[in-house]
Amino acid sequence: MSASVSRLRTVAAVAFLGLFLAACGYNAIPTYEEQAKAKWADVQNNYQRRADLIPNLVATVQGYAKQEKDVLTAVIEARAKATQVRIDVSQLDDPAKLKQFQDAQNQLSGALGRLLAVSENYPDLKSNQNFLALQSQLEGTENRIAVARRDYIEAVRVYNTTLKTFPGILWAATFFRANKPMAEFAAGENAQTPPQVKF
Amino acid sequence: MTAGSTTRLLATGGRRVAGGFIALLCAIVAVFAVNFPALSGRVVDQANIIPAATRAAIEQKLADLEAKSGIQLVVATVTSLEGQEIEPYANALFRTWKLGQKEKNNGVLLLVAPKEHRVRIEVGYGLEGTLTDALSKVISSNAITPRFKTGDFAGGISRGVDDIITVLTTDSADWQPRPALRLDNAPSSDPTNWIIFAVLLVVAALCVVFPGFRWFVLNVALNILLSSGSSSSGSSSGGGGFSGGGGSSGGGGASGSW
Repeated sequence: MSASVSRLRTVAAVAFLGLFLAACGYNAIPTYEEQAKAKWADVQNNYQRRADLIPNLVATVQGYAKQEKDVLTAVIEARAKATQVRIDVSQLDDPAKLKQFQDAQNQLSGALGRLLAVSENYPDLKSNQNFLALQSQLEGTENRIAVARRDYIEAVRVYNTTLKTFPGILWAATFFRANKPMAEFAAGENAQTPPQVKF
Repeated sequence: MTAGSTTRLLATGGRRVAGGFIALLCAIVAVFAVNFPALSGRVVDQANIIPAATRAAIEQKLADLEAKSGIQLVVATVTSLEGQEIEPYANALFRTWKLGQKEKNNGVLLLVAPKEHRVRIEVGYGLEGTLTDALSKVISSNAITPRFKTGDFAGGISRGVDDIITVLTTDSADWQPRPALRLDNAPSSDPTNWIIFAVLLVVAALCVVFPGFRWFVLNVALNILLSSGSSSSGSSSGGGGFSGGGGSSGGGGASGSW
Protein backbone atom coordinates (compact mmCIF):
# COMPACT_ATOMS: atom_id res chain seq x y z
CA MET A 1 0.00 0.00 0.00
CA SER A 2 2.67 2.49 1.05
CA ALA A 3 4.79 1.57 -1.99
CA SER A 4 1.92 2.33 -4.36
CA VAL A 5 1.24 5.63 -2.56
CA SER A 6 4.86 6.73 -2.94
CA ARG A 7 4.76 5.78 -6.63
CA LEU A 8 1.61 7.86 -6.98
CA ARG A 9 3.45 10.73 -5.36
CA THR A 10 6.32 10.40 -7.83
CA VAL A 11 3.91 10.42 -10.75
CA ALA A 12 2.19 13.47 -9.32
CA ALA A 13 5.53 15.22 -8.81
CA VAL A 14 6.54 14.57 -12.42
CA ALA A 15 3.17 15.80 -13.68
CA PHE A 16 3.44 18.96 -11.58
CA LEU A 17 6.99 19.55 -12.75
CA GLY A 18 5.86 19.30 -16.37
CA LEU A 19 2.99 21.72 -15.84
CA PHE A 20 5.18 24.02 -13.80
CA LEU A 21 7.89 24.17 -16.48
CA ALA A 22 5.36 24.75 -19.27
CA ALA A 23 3.56 27.45 -17.30
CA CYS A 24 6.82 29.25 -16.58
CA GLY A 25 7.88 29.64 -20.18
CA TYR A 26 10.32 26.76 -20.48
CA ASN A 27 8.93 26.13 -23.98
CA ALA A 28 9.27 29.71 -25.13
CA ILE A 29 12.92 29.66 -26.12
CA PRO A 30 12.84 26.55 -28.34
CA THR A 31 9.49 27.60 -29.81
CA TYR A 32 10.65 31.07 -30.81
CA GLU A 33 13.94 29.66 -32.03
CA GLU A 34 12.17 27.27 -34.38
CA GLN A 35 9.86 30.03 -35.57
CA ALA A 36 12.78 32.29 -36.38
CA LYS A 37 14.51 29.46 -38.23
CA ALA A 38 11.37 28.79 -40.26
CA LYS A 39 11.14 32.49 -41.15
CA TRP A 40 14.74 32.39 -42.25
CA ALA A 41 13.94 29.47 -44.54
CA ASP A 42 11.22 31.66 -46.08
CA VAL A 43 13.69 34.48 -46.64
CA GLN A 44 16.17 32.16 -48.30
CA ASN A 45 13.49 30.49 -50.45
CA ASN A 46 12.29 33.81 -51.77
CA TYR A 47 15.79 34.89 -52.68
CA GLN A 48 16.21 31.54 -54.41
CA ARG A 49 12.98 32.14 -56.27
CA ARG A 50 14.36 35.41 -57.54
CA ALA A 51 17.58 33.71 -58.63
CA ASP A 52 15.50 31.12 -60.50
CA LEU A 53 13.72 33.82 -62.49
CA ILE A 54 16.91 35.46 -63.69
CA PRO A 55 18.13 33.08 -66.43
CA ASN A 56 14.77 33.43 -68.16
CA LEU A 57 14.83 37.19 -67.80
CA VAL A 58 18.37 37.42 -69.13
CA ALA A 59 17.50 35.23 -72.10
CA THR A 60 14.49 37.40 -72.95
CA VAL A 61 16.40 40.66 -72.70
CA GLN A 62 19.26 39.19 -74.72
CA GLY A 63 16.91 38.58 -77.62
CA TYR A 64 16.25 42.30 -77.94
CA ALA A 65 19.31 43.98 -76.51
CA LYS A 66 22.39 41.98 -77.43
CA GLN A 67 24.62 45.03 -77.27
CA GLU A 68 24.05 45.42 -73.51
CA LYS A 69 26.60 42.70 -72.85
CA ASP A 70 28.17 44.35 -69.79
CA VAL A 71 24.91 44.68 -67.94
CA LEU A 72 23.85 41.14 -68.80
CA THR A 73 27.14 39.59 -67.68
CA ALA A 74 27.03 41.61 -64.47
CA VAL A 75 23.62 40.12 -63.67
CA ILE A 76 24.75 36.58 -64.46
CA GLU A 77 27.88 36.93 -62.33
CA ALA A 78 26.04 38.50 -59.42
CA ARG A 79 23.47 35.71 -59.57
CA ALA A 80 26.18 33.06 -59.52
CA LYS A 81 27.76 34.70 -56.49
CA ALA A 82 24.47 35.14 -54.67
CA THR A 83 23.39 31.54 -55.11
CA GLN A 84 26.67 30.34 -53.63
CA VAL A 85 26.11 32.09 -50.32
CA ARG A 86 23.63 30.05 -48.35
CA ILE A 87 23.19 30.20 -44.61
CA ASP A 88 22.45 27.13 -42.61
CA VAL A 89 19.99 27.74 -39.76
CA SER A 90 22.72 26.93 -37.26
CA GLN A 91 24.74 29.90 -38.53
CA LEU A 92 22.08 32.50 -37.88
CA ASP A 93 23.91 33.83 -34.82
CA ASP A 94 26.91 34.75 -36.96
CA PRO A 95 26.65 38.41 -38.05
CA ALA A 96 29.58 38.10 -40.48
CA LYS A 97 27.93 35.28 -42.38
CA LEU A 98 24.65 37.16 -42.52
CA LYS A 99 26.40 40.24 -43.84
CA GLN A 100 28.07 38.18 -46.54
CA PHE A 101 24.66 36.86 -47.62
CA GLN A 102 23.20 40.34 -47.54
CA ASP A 103 26.04 41.84 -49.60
CA ALA A 104 25.79 39.16 -52.27
CA GLN A 105 22.03 39.66 -52.59
CA ASN A 106 22.35 43.45 -52.61
CA GLN A 107 24.85 43.21 -55.42
CA LEU A 108 22.40 41.11 -57.40
CA SER A 109 19.63 43.65 -56.67
CA GLY A 110 21.85 46.40 -58.03
CA ALA A 111 22.73 44.48 -61.20
CA LEU A 112 19.05 43.63 -61.75
CA GLY A 113 18.08 47.26 -61.29
CA ARG A 114 20.56 48.30 -63.97
CA LEU A 115 19.26 45.60 -66.32
CA LEU A 116 15.69 46.82 -65.92
CA ALA A 117 16.77 50.42 -66.36
CA VAL A 118 18.53 49.49 -69.59
CA SER A 119 15.43 47.64 -70.79
CA GLU A 120 13.65 51.00 -70.87
CA ASN A 121 15.50 51.83 -74.06
CA TYR A 122 14.01 48.97 -76.05
CA PRO A 123 10.33 49.53 -76.93
CA ASP A 124 10.00 46.09 -78.54
CA LEU A 125 11.28 44.43 -75.39
CA LYS A 126 8.96 46.47 -73.21
CA SER A 127 5.91 45.26 -75.13
CA ASN A 128 7.05 41.63 -75.21
CA GLN A 129 4.49 39.51 -73.33
CA ASN A 130 7.10 37.17 -71.95
CA PHE A 131 9.08 40.09 -70.63
CA LEU A 132 6.01 41.64 -69.04
CA ALA A 133 5.14 38.37 -67.30
CA LEU A 134 8.70 37.94 -66.04
CA GLN A 135 8.73 41.49 -64.86
CA SER A 136 5.55 41.06 -62.81
CA GLN A 137 6.93 37.84 -61.35
CA LEU A 138 10.11 39.65 -60.42
CA GLU A 139 8.09 42.44 -58.80
CA GLY A 140 6.08 39.88 -56.85
CA THR A 141 9.22 38.11 -55.73
CA GLU A 142 10.84 41.32 -54.55
CA ASN A 143 7.72 42.02 -52.54
CA ARG A 144 7.74 38.51 -51.07
CA ILE A 145 11.38 39.00 -50.11
CA ALA A 146 10.44 42.22 -48.33
CA VAL A 147 7.62 40.49 -46.44
CA ALA A 148 9.75 37.47 -45.53
CA ARG A 149 12.54 39.72 -44.28
CA ARG A 150 10.13 41.72 -42.17
CA ASP A 151 8.73 38.51 -40.68
CA TYR A 152 12.22 37.20 -39.98
CA ILE A 153 13.34 40.41 -38.32
CA GLU A 154 10.25 40.30 -36.11
CA ALA A 155 10.78 36.62 -35.23
CA VAL A 156 14.40 37.30 -34.29
CA ARG A 157 13.34 40.26 -32.19
CA VAL A 158 10.88 38.10 -30.27
CA TYR A 159 13.45 35.33 -29.81
CA ASN A 160 16.23 37.65 -28.69
CA THR A 161 13.87 39.48 -26.34
CA THR A 162 12.85 36.17 -24.78
CA LEU A 163 16.49 35.30 -24.14
CA LYS A 164 17.05 38.62 -22.39
CA THR A 165 13.85 39.06 -20.41
CA PHE A 166 12.19 37.32 -17.49
CA PRO A 167 11.40 34.44 -17.28
CA GLY A 168 13.30 33.43 -20.43
CA ILE A 169 16.53 34.77 -19.00
CA LEU A 170 16.39 32.17 -16.21
CA TRP A 171 16.04 29.35 -18.71
CA ALA A 172 18.70 30.86 -20.97
CA ALA A 173 21.11 30.94 -18.03
CA THR A 174 20.40 27.34 -17.02
CA PHE A 175 19.00 24.88 -19.54
CA PHE A 176 19.62 26.78 -22.78
CA ARG A 177 23.18 28.02 -22.34
CA ALA A 178 23.97 27.07 -25.93
CA ASN A 179 21.25 29.37 -27.30
CA LYS A 180 22.84 32.56 -28.58
CA PRO A 181 20.89 35.62 -29.72
CA MET A 182 20.46 35.61 -33.49
CA ALA A 183 22.14 38.29 -35.53
CA GLU A 184 19.89 41.20 -36.43
CA PHE A 185 19.24 41.53 -40.13
CA ALA A 186 20.67 44.96 -40.72
CA ALA A 187 18.05 46.34 -43.06
CA GLY A 188 19.92 48.45 -45.58
CA GLU A 189 18.37 51.74 -46.60
CA ASN A 190 17.42 50.42 -50.02
CA ALA A 191 16.58 46.93 -48.78
CA GLN A 192 13.38 48.08 -47.08
CA THR A 193 11.73 49.15 -50.30
CA PRO A 194 11.90 46.72 -53.20
CA PRO A 195 13.62 48.05 -56.30
CA GLN A 196 11.04 49.99 -58.26
CA VAL A 197 10.21 48.19 -61.46
CA LYS A 198 7.99 50.69 -63.22
CA PHE A 199 7.15 51.02 -66.88
CA MET B 1 22.82 27.97 -7.00
CA THR B 2 23.63 30.24 -4.03
CA ALA B 3 21.33 32.92 -2.74
CA GLY B 4 23.76 35.65 -3.80
CA SER B 5 23.95 34.56 -7.43
CA THR B 6 20.18 34.23 -7.55
CA THR B 7 19.75 37.79 -6.35
CA ARG B 8 22.23 39.04 -8.91
CA LEU B 9 20.52 37.11 -11.65
CA LEU B 10 17.16 38.50 -10.62
CA ALA B 11 18.57 42.02 -10.51
CA THR B 12 19.93 41.87 -14.07
CA GLY B 13 16.73 40.13 -15.04
CA GLY B 14 14.74 43.02 -13.61
CA ARG B 15 16.67 45.59 -15.60
CA ARG B 16 16.17 43.58 -18.76
CA VAL B 17 12.50 43.13 -18.01
CA ALA B 18 12.19 46.89 -17.94
CA GLY B 19 14.04 47.13 -21.25
CA GLY B 20 11.89 44.43 -22.76
CA PHE B 21 8.75 46.13 -21.54
CA ILE B 22 9.73 49.39 -23.20
CA ALA B 23 10.54 47.51 -26.41
CA LEU B 24 7.14 45.85 -26.24
CA LEU B 25 5.41 49.20 -25.75
CA CYS B 26 7.23 50.58 -28.78
CA ALA B 27 6.18 47.56 -30.82
CA ILE B 28 2.55 48.05 -29.80
CA VAL B 29 2.72 51.71 -30.73
CA ALA B 30 4.26 50.77 -34.09
CA VAL B 31 1.54 48.22 -34.79
CA PHE B 32 -1.29 50.59 -33.99
CA ALA B 33 0.23 53.55 -35.79
CA VAL B 34 -1.73 52.63 -38.92
CA ASN B 35 -5.49 52.94 -38.72
CA PHE B 36 -7.02 50.13 -40.70
CA PRO B 37 -10.72 50.23 -41.53
CA ALA B 38 -12.81 47.58 -39.79
CA LEU B 39 -13.75 44.46 -41.72
CA SER B 40 -17.42 45.35 -41.85
CA GLY B 41 -18.32 43.15 -44.82
CA ARG B 42 -17.01 41.68 -48.04
CA VAL B 43 -16.85 45.15 -49.53
CA VAL B 44 -15.27 47.76 -47.28
CA ASP B 45 -15.75 51.04 -49.11
CA GLN B 46 -13.99 53.51 -46.86
CA ALA B 47 -13.19 55.84 -49.76
CA ASN B 48 -16.84 55.81 -50.78
CA ILE B 49 -16.38 55.23 -54.51
CA ILE B 50 -18.71 52.27 -55.10
CA PRO B 51 -22.43 52.96 -55.72
CA ALA B 52 -24.85 50.94 -53.60
CA ALA B 53 -26.21 48.85 -56.49
CA THR B 54 -22.76 47.77 -57.69
CA ARG B 55 -21.75 47.12 -54.13
CA ALA B 56 -24.67 44.78 -53.53
CA ALA B 57 -23.95 42.92 -56.77
CA ILE B 58 -20.27 42.49 -55.88
CA GLU B 59 -21.10 41.36 -52.36
CA GLN B 60 -23.42 38.70 -53.75
CA LYS B 61 -20.69 37.41 -56.09
CA LEU B 62 -18.17 37.29 -53.26
CA ALA B 63 -20.57 35.43 -50.97
CA ASP B 64 -21.27 32.92 -53.76
CA LEU B 65 -17.55 32.41 -54.27
CA GLU B 66 -17.00 31.65 -50.60
CA ALA B 67 -19.98 29.32 -50.46
CA LYS B 68 -18.69 27.43 -53.49
CA SER B 69 -14.97 27.28 -52.86
CA GLY B 70 -14.30 28.56 -49.36
CA ILE B 71 -12.20 31.38 -50.82
CA GLN B 72 -12.58 34.71 -49.07
CA LEU B 73 -12.23 37.55 -51.56
CA VAL B 74 -12.61 41.00 -50.05
CA VAL B 75 -12.71 44.38 -51.79
CA ALA B 76 -11.40 47.35 -49.85
CA THR B 77 -11.07 51.00 -50.73
CA VAL B 78 -9.17 53.26 -48.35
CA THR B 79 -9.11 57.02 -48.06
CA SER B 80 -5.36 57.00 -47.52
CA LEU B 81 -2.40 54.66 -47.34
CA GLU B 82 -1.08 56.85 -44.50
CA GLY B 83 2.22 57.49 -46.22
CA GLN B 84 3.04 53.84 -46.85
CA GLU B 85 3.65 52.05 -50.10
CA ILE B 86 0.64 49.98 -51.12
CA GLU B 87 2.52 46.65 -50.87
CA PRO B 88 3.30 46.70 -47.13
CA TYR B 89 -0.06 48.33 -46.41
CA ALA B 90 -1.99 45.63 -48.29
CA ASN B 91 0.00 42.86 -46.60
CA ALA B 92 -0.56 44.30 -43.13
CA LEU B 93 -4.27 44.83 -43.83
CA PHE B 94 -4.59 41.28 -45.15
CA ARG B 95 -2.94 39.92 -42.02
CA THR B 96 -5.02 42.12 -39.74
CA TRP B 97 -8.22 40.89 -41.35
CA LYS B 98 -6.93 37.29 -41.56
CA LEU B 99 -8.61 36.57 -44.88
CA GLY B 100 -9.09 32.98 -45.95
CA GLN B 101 -9.39 29.77 -44.00
CA LYS B 102 -6.63 29.27 -41.47
CA GLU B 103 -5.52 25.89 -42.78
CA LYS B 104 -5.67 26.88 -46.44
CA ASN B 105 -4.72 30.56 -46.41
CA ASN B 106 -7.13 30.99 -49.32
CA GLY B 107 -7.89 34.69 -49.13
CA VAL B 108 -7.57 37.47 -51.70
CA LEU B 109 -7.68 41.21 -51.08
CA LEU B 110 -8.39 43.75 -53.80
CA LEU B 111 -7.21 47.05 -52.35
CA VAL B 112 -7.88 50.40 -54.01
CA ALA B 113 -6.32 53.66 -52.84
CA PRO B 114 -7.91 56.39 -55.00
CA LYS B 115 -5.94 59.21 -53.39
CA GLU B 116 -2.58 57.59 -54.17
CA HIS B 117 -3.83 56.22 -57.51
CA ARG B 118 -2.71 52.74 -56.54
CA VAL B 119 -4.38 49.37 -56.69
CA ARG B 120 -3.17 45.99 -55.45
CA ILE B 121 -4.32 42.41 -55.59
CA GLU B 122 -2.87 40.72 -52.49
CA VAL B 123 -3.00 36.94 -52.65
CA GLY B 124 -2.92 34.56 -49.67
CA TYR B 125 -0.27 31.85 -49.44
CA GLY B 126 -2.66 29.11 -50.49
CA LEU B 127 -3.72 30.71 -53.78
CA GLU B 128 -0.32 31.84 -55.01
CA GLY B 129 -0.18 28.91 -57.40
CA THR B 130 -3.59 29.72 -58.96
CA LEU B 131 -3.75 33.50 -58.95
CA THR B 132 -0.10 34.07 -59.79
CA ASP B 133 1.70 37.38 -59.77
CA ALA B 134 1.66 37.47 -63.56
CA LEU B 135 -2.10 36.82 -63.72
CA SER B 136 -2.77 39.39 -61.00
CA LYS B 137 -0.78 41.90 -63.01
CA VAL B 138 -2.73 41.11 -66.16
CA ILE B 139 -6.04 41.59 -64.33
CA SER B 140 -4.92 44.83 -62.76
CA SER B 141 -3.52 46.32 -65.96
CA ASN B 142 -6.23 45.09 -68.35
CA ALA B 143 -9.45 45.08 -66.34
CA ILE B 144 -8.93 47.58 -63.56
CA THR B 145 -6.56 50.47 -64.22
CA PRO B 146 -7.86 51.42 -67.72
CA ARG B 147 -11.33 51.96 -66.19
CA PHE B 148 -9.92 53.78 -63.18
CA LYS B 149 -8.17 56.15 -65.57
CA THR B 150 -11.55 57.30 -66.87
CA GLY B 151 -12.90 57.63 -63.32
CA ASP B 152 -15.04 54.49 -63.58
CA PHE B 153 -14.19 52.98 -60.20
CA ALA B 154 -17.31 50.83 -59.92
CA GLY B 155 -16.74 49.36 -63.40
CA GLY B 156 -13.06 48.68 -62.79
CA ILE B 157 -13.65 47.04 -59.45
CA SER B 158 -16.53 44.84 -60.58
CA ARG B 159 -14.65 43.80 -63.72
CA GLY B 160 -11.56 43.07 -61.64
CA VAL B 161 -13.61 40.99 -59.21
CA ASP B 162 -15.16 39.06 -62.12
CA ASP B 163 -11.73 38.31 -63.57
CA ILE B 164 -10.29 37.24 -60.23
CA ILE B 165 -13.24 34.91 -59.66
CA THR B 166 -12.81 33.48 -63.16
CA VAL B 167 -9.17 32.71 -62.49
CA LEU B 168 -9.92 31.21 -59.08
CA THR B 169 -12.79 29.01 -60.21
CA THR B 170 -11.45 27.83 -63.55
CA ASP B 171 -10.11 24.36 -63.02
CA SER B 172 -6.50 24.46 -64.07
CA ALA B 173 -5.67 21.05 -62.62
CA ASP B 174 -5.47 19.52 -66.11
CA TRP B 175 -2.53 21.50 -67.32
CA GLN B 176 -0.86 22.83 -64.20
CA PRO B 177 0.10 20.91 -61.07
CA ARG B 178 -1.09 22.85 -58.05
CA PRO B 179 1.49 23.43 -55.36
CA ALA B 180 0.57 21.99 -52.00
CA LEU B 181 -1.27 24.38 -49.74
CA ARG B 182 0.91 25.91 -47.15
CA LEU B 183 0.07 24.82 -43.63
CA ASP B 184 0.89 27.27 -40.91
CA ASN B 185 -0.02 25.12 -37.97
CA ALA B 186 0.52 21.57 -36.94
CA PRO B 187 -2.41 19.54 -38.31
CA SER B 188 -4.04 19.05 -34.94
CA SER B 189 -3.46 19.86 -31.33
CA ASP B 190 -5.58 16.96 -30.06
CA PRO B 191 -2.75 14.81 -28.57
CA THR B 192 -1.61 17.60 -26.22
CA ASN B 193 -5.20 18.23 -25.21
CA TRP B 194 -5.56 14.59 -24.29
CA ILE B 195 -2.35 14.61 -22.28
CA ILE B 196 -3.48 17.69 -20.36
CA PHE B 197 -6.85 16.05 -19.78
CA ALA B 198 -5.20 12.88 -18.46
CA VAL B 199 -2.91 14.87 -16.17
CA LEU B 200 -5.88 16.80 -14.82
CA LEU B 201 -7.67 13.54 -14.11
CA VAL B 202 -4.68 12.25 -12.18
CA VAL B 203 -4.46 15.52 -10.28
CA ALA B 204 -8.16 15.36 -9.42
CA ALA B 205 -7.74 11.80 -8.16
CA LEU B 206 -4.79 12.87 -6.01
CA CYS B 207 -6.79 15.73 -4.57
CA VAL B 208 -9.33 13.23 -3.35
CA VAL B 209 -6.67 10.94 -1.89
CA PHE B 210 -4.37 13.56 -0.29
CA PRO B 211 -6.08 16.59 1.25
CA GLY B 212 -2.70 18.32 1.68
CA PHE B 213 -2.23 18.57 -2.10
CA ARG B 214 -5.40 20.53 -2.63
CA TRP B 215 -4.16 24.04 -1.96
CA PHE B 216 -1.20 23.53 -4.24
CA VAL B 217 -3.30 22.04 -7.02
CA LEU B 218 -5.79 24.87 -6.69
CA ASN B 219 -2.95 27.35 -7.03
CA VAL B 220 -1.49 25.72 -10.14
CA ALA B 221 -4.91 25.20 -11.72
CA LEU B 222 -5.83 28.81 -11.15
CA ASN B 223 -2.58 29.92 -12.79
CA ILE B 224 -3.13 27.74 -15.82
CA LEU B 225 -6.74 28.80 -16.19
CA LEU B 226 -5.81 32.47 -15.99
CA SER B 227 -3.01 32.20 -18.56
CA SER B 228 -4.93 30.03 -21.03
CA GLY B 229 -8.04 32.17 -20.67
CA SER B 230 -6.17 35.21 -21.93
CA SER B 231 -4.57 33.48 -24.89
CA SER B 232 -7.43 31.47 -26.34
CA SER B 233 -10.11 34.12 -26.45
CA GLY B 234 -9.53 35.49 -29.95
CA SER B 235 -10.45 32.54 -32.11
CA SER B 236 -14.23 32.57 -32.01
CA SER B 237 -15.94 34.05 -35.03
CA GLY B 238 -18.61 36.66 -34.51
CA GLY B 239 -22.17 35.55 -34.97
CA GLY B 240 -23.96 36.85 -38.03
CA GLY B 241 -21.30 39.29 -39.24
CA PHE B 242 -18.51 38.63 -41.68
CA SER B 243 -15.03 37.90 -40.39
CA GLY B 244 -11.73 36.58 -41.63
CA GLY B 245 -11.00 32.90 -41.24
CA GLY B 246 -7.43 33.20 -39.96
CA GLY B 247 -5.51 33.08 -43.26
CA SER B 248 -2.28 34.88 -44.01
CA SER B 249 -0.37 36.26 -46.97
CA GLY B 250 3.30 36.42 -47.82
CA GLY B 251 3.13 39.24 -50.33
CA GLY B 252 1.91 37.42 -53.43
CA GLY B 253 -0.03 39.32 -56.08
CA ALA B 254 0.59 42.45 -58.07
CA SER B 255 0.19 46.21 -57.84
CA GLY B 256 -0.81 48.74 -60.42
CA SER B 257 -1.23 52.47 -60.76
CA TRP B 258 -3.19 54.79 -62.98
